[in-house]
This record gives sequence, structure tokens and C-alpha cells, in this order.
Amino acid sequence: MTQLVVEGLHKSFGAFAVLHDLTFSIREGSIHSIIGPNGAGKTTLFNVITGLYPPTHGRVLFNGADITGRPAHALAALGISRTFQNLQIFLNMSALDNVLVGYHLSCRPRLLPSLFRWPAVVRRDHEYRQRAEQLMAFVGLSAFVGAEASAMPYGALKRLELARALAVQPKMLLLDEPAAGLNPKETGDLDTLIQRIAERGVTIVLVEHDMRLVWAVSNHILVLDEGRKLAEGTGAEVRHNPDVVAAYLGEGGRHR
Amino acid sequence: MVDHRRKGTRGLVLLALIIVALPAVIPNAYIYDVVILIGINAIVCIGLNLLIGYAGQISLGHAGFFGLGAYASPLLSDRLDWPPALALLAAAMAVGLLSFAVAKPILKLRGHYLAMATLGLGIIISIVLNQEGQLTGGPDGMPVPPFSLLGQRAEGEATWYWIVGALLLATVWLTLNLVDSPVGRALRALHGSEVAAAVTGIDVLRYKIMVFVLSAVLASVAGSVYAHYAGFITPSEATFFRSIEFVTMVVLGGMASTFGALIGAALLTALPQVLTPLQDYQMLTFGAVLVGTMVFMPKGLVPSLAERLARHRR
Repeated sequence: MTQLVVEGLHKSFGAFAVLHDLTFSIREGSIHSIIGPNGAGKTTLFNVITGLYPPTHGRVLFNGADITGRPAHALAALGISRTFQNLQIFLNMSALDNVLVGYHLSCRPRLLPSLFRWPAVVRRDHEYRQRAEQLMAFVGLSAFVGAEASAMPYGALKRLELARALAVQPKMLLLDEPAAGLNPKETGDLDTLIQRIAERGVTIVLVEHDMRLVWAVSNHILVLDEGRKLAEGTGAEVRHNPDVVAAYLGEGGRHR
Repeated sequence: MVDHRRKGTRGLVLLALIIVALPAVIPNAYIYDVVILIGINAIVCIGLNLLIGYAGQISLGHAGFFGLGAYASPLLSDRLDWPPALALLAAAMAVGLLSFAVAKPILKLRGHYLAMATLGLGIIISIVLNQEGQLTGGPDGMPVPPFSLLGQRAEGEATWYWIVGALLLATVWLTLNLVDSPVGRALRALHGSEVAAAVTGIDVLRYKIMVFVLSAVLASVAGSVYAHYAGFITPSEATFFRSIEFVTMVVLGGMASTFGALIGAALLTALPQVLTPLQDYQMLTFGAVLVGTMVFMPKGLVPSLAERLARHRR
């Protein structure tokens, strides 16, 4: 079933157009990669889909509903969650609290019960604390449950952001360069982690420059170049597409 | 976090003990007066710290809300003959509504722009209090009827000490609860990263408005209490300088620390009393404290000391 439809999407900043008439769709439960050279518009596309930027023209449909221009927090409530290329961690909080913020929508906090610490608030908070710890274990961060986010190494923060995004209980998870800045061992672990998340029924949209990771996990690949769709298809189809080879992968890309 | 909560409870118990024990060592009415003013300022600062320290927003106009509470409550009880307690609550509600109405356009702004907008708001309130002479008595101020509840009149420093003490304790308790709840987490989250907060489902603007209104209401209540306690009110309580005083107290005591705000209020309320010979230089002193804190101790007194203590223990 189709989960996300992007129709004639166009985004410009002033006179500078970043996305041109982009149309594609993403199937529910797939691992869908979006690749392209720097400046191809991948992150802008993420920002439009997750409601951080309104598009200039075009529509975005999620599970059949038109979500164009809706604010990010409303899209999170519909089940769209993401990580960021340049980490967006709450550095003023503990690691566990970072994940707990991800449960914000499930907690549905209200002012008065929180002010008076109603027993229900305390009980629920305790529940979510346990779930947050389990989630940290799932992404391999058990050792950091008691840590302050500001004291954690880069690789761990990337996982922390992933755990926070999962706490939102997304139907679709957008990962913006999850392998950037990781060593080969950490990237290897990421393959399995992404596949395990997909097995839970979460659609994955992956923007990534690490082609090994892209070939390893993707069911479907969309290639962008200067804000336009250059090609799409399975890994094999894309890899042998002459336009893609010329524009992006270059001669060495085939063998990487 | 559980540890955090235990620390909070310990602090609350300690504060209660101090409030109960303090009258035994207060020698005279003058010291009572200083301690009561500390309590009133602390209530404002604890609310303002939710906005500045936890949510990472700024207000340079909170004395305006303090002033509105200080004028509205006596006006309602005097002119409309309302019971003072009801007038205080009505004033708090009115300030809540006003701050809610202005919050949306103001809190869409960030950084310097937010600072300028709140500064402007405070100045407007100050001008209105000065100019509406028939209502407020203008720059000369106006007398305030005494506070009474269920036929009991609140008179004398000792009575007011317990009223302010109880209010302060309640404010600290509610604030500690809030900070340690999912709402408090959402506030700290939008301080840390607004985009990340938004994509995890936090309605950033809604939470900013909520904390702005909450801090304005606390300032209003403190203002009403101050007016009834002092028995006389002038627009000097709603000036820009008073707003800066509140911010300086929060910054000195410590960002994102409820007890820090309390200690900042205590130090900077007591300081001018100790330095009466330097009265003409009060603004200068506050400016120096603000700059000094930002340069040498940007996290403020209480968080910095806590960190040093933790390092020492290790």
C-alpha cells in the first residue's frame, strides 16, 4: 500500500529553486533511500515532508490525507518522525529525558495534573521511563541510561536521536544521513538496526551518502539531482542507469 | 531523575523548616520587612525562571505584570468593593488573559526581537499606570485597602510573613512538580532545540504561551500581595528597572534552578539594604552583578556551586 505521495512538489528560497516538480511515492513498510550529490535537495525534501518548511507548490499525502503545509508537531501526531543530519539533541537534558520527550504525544501532558503531581501523572511517567530505557537498550545505549546528553560521544548521540524518533512511535521514520561521522563498525551495526526497525512495520526513508549502507538495506531508491528526479527503482536498476552513473556515481561508484 | 526529585523534596522540606524557624531569629520589624520582600520577589523570580531558565525565552517586561497585579487588586476591592481575596484572583485572571492575548504575536519572535517586544510591553504598562491618574493616582501612587479573608484582616509584619511564606512554599512546590513532569520536559526540550521539539510532537508555540502566561500570573499574584502588604503603591513598581531587577535575580541565582531563583531574589533584595550608602548607585550595582554573573558564572550561583560540589565529591 502506498503510504506517502509527493505530487509536483516545488520549493524555492527567494529566486533559488531547490526542488522542481518532484513526484514520487513510498510504499508502506519499505526501506526507501533517497540519494544524490550534495545540494540535490534531499534535506529540503525531508524538511518539507516533516512540516518544517511549507512547499512553494505541490502536495504531500500521507496515508491518503493531504498533509501539505501542516506544522511539524501535527505530523508527528500522524506518525511521521525523523532524525537530523546535524544532530538536534536536547543537550540541556539527560539521555533518558531526551528519549522521554519522544513520548510526549503518548503522555498527552496537561498543566494542572502536572502542577499538582496527580498520582496518575507519576504512574504514567514511571511507565514511560521504563519504556524509554528499553528503547535505549534496543538502539544499544544501555550504558548511557544515566548519562547527561552533553557528555556523550558523537556516535552515541546519533543513536540517541534514533531512540527519541522511535519513541514518537512513527509509522514512517525519516533518517537524514544516519551513518555520517560513524566508523565502519558502527555503520555495520546500523544496517541491522535499520532492518530491525523496518521489521517492526515502520516505513524507513533514508537519505545517505554511505553507498554500502544504501545498497545493503534499500528496497527502493530515488535519485535526486539539482532538485529533480533523475531515476528511481531497485538498487540494481538504479546502479545500472546510465544517467545516474554519469551524474552521480561516476566510474568508481559501480565498484564501491 | 528520581534522584533529582528526591533533591527537590529535600529542598522543599528545608525551605519549610527555614520559614518556620526564621521568626525566632528575626529581631525587628525592619528585618521582617526585608524577608517579606524577599518572599514576594522570589515568587516572581521562580515564575520568570520557568520562562527564562527552563523554556529559554526572555522577558524584560515582567514588572509590568507585577504592577498590573499590584494596581488591579486594590482597585477592584476599593472601587467595586470586592473582597480582596477575590480581587486578587480576578486580577491574576485578567493578567493571565492579557498575557495570553499578547503572547502569540510576541512569542513568535526570538532572541533580541522577543526581548524588545517584552520590553515594549512593560514600558506600555508603565506609561498607562503613570498616565491614568484618575484611576491610579498617577506618579504619586495610591493607597491600598488592607487585605482581609473571611473577616480576618491581615495586619502587621508577622501576619504577612506567614502569608508570604505559605505562598512561597506553595509556589516552590508547584514549580518543582511542573519541572519534573512531562510539561517541564517539553519546556526544557524547546529550549534545547525547537525543531527537534516540534518533530517529536511538541506544539512549541503553545508551550511558550503556556509558560509565559503562567509566569505572568505568578508575577501578578506577587504584585497584588505586595500592594496589600505595603498599603501604598506607586508606578515605580512597574518600571523597566524593576523588570531588569527580576531578570538579574534569576540570572544570578541560576538558570533552570528553582532554588537558584529563590536565592538570587534573596541576595539581590537584601543587597541594597546592606548597601544603603550606595543607594544612588543601585542601578550600577545591579548592572555589575548581571555582567559579572554572565562573564564568570554563566550558569548562575546555585548550578555552579552544585557542579563544583559534585566534582569535589568525586
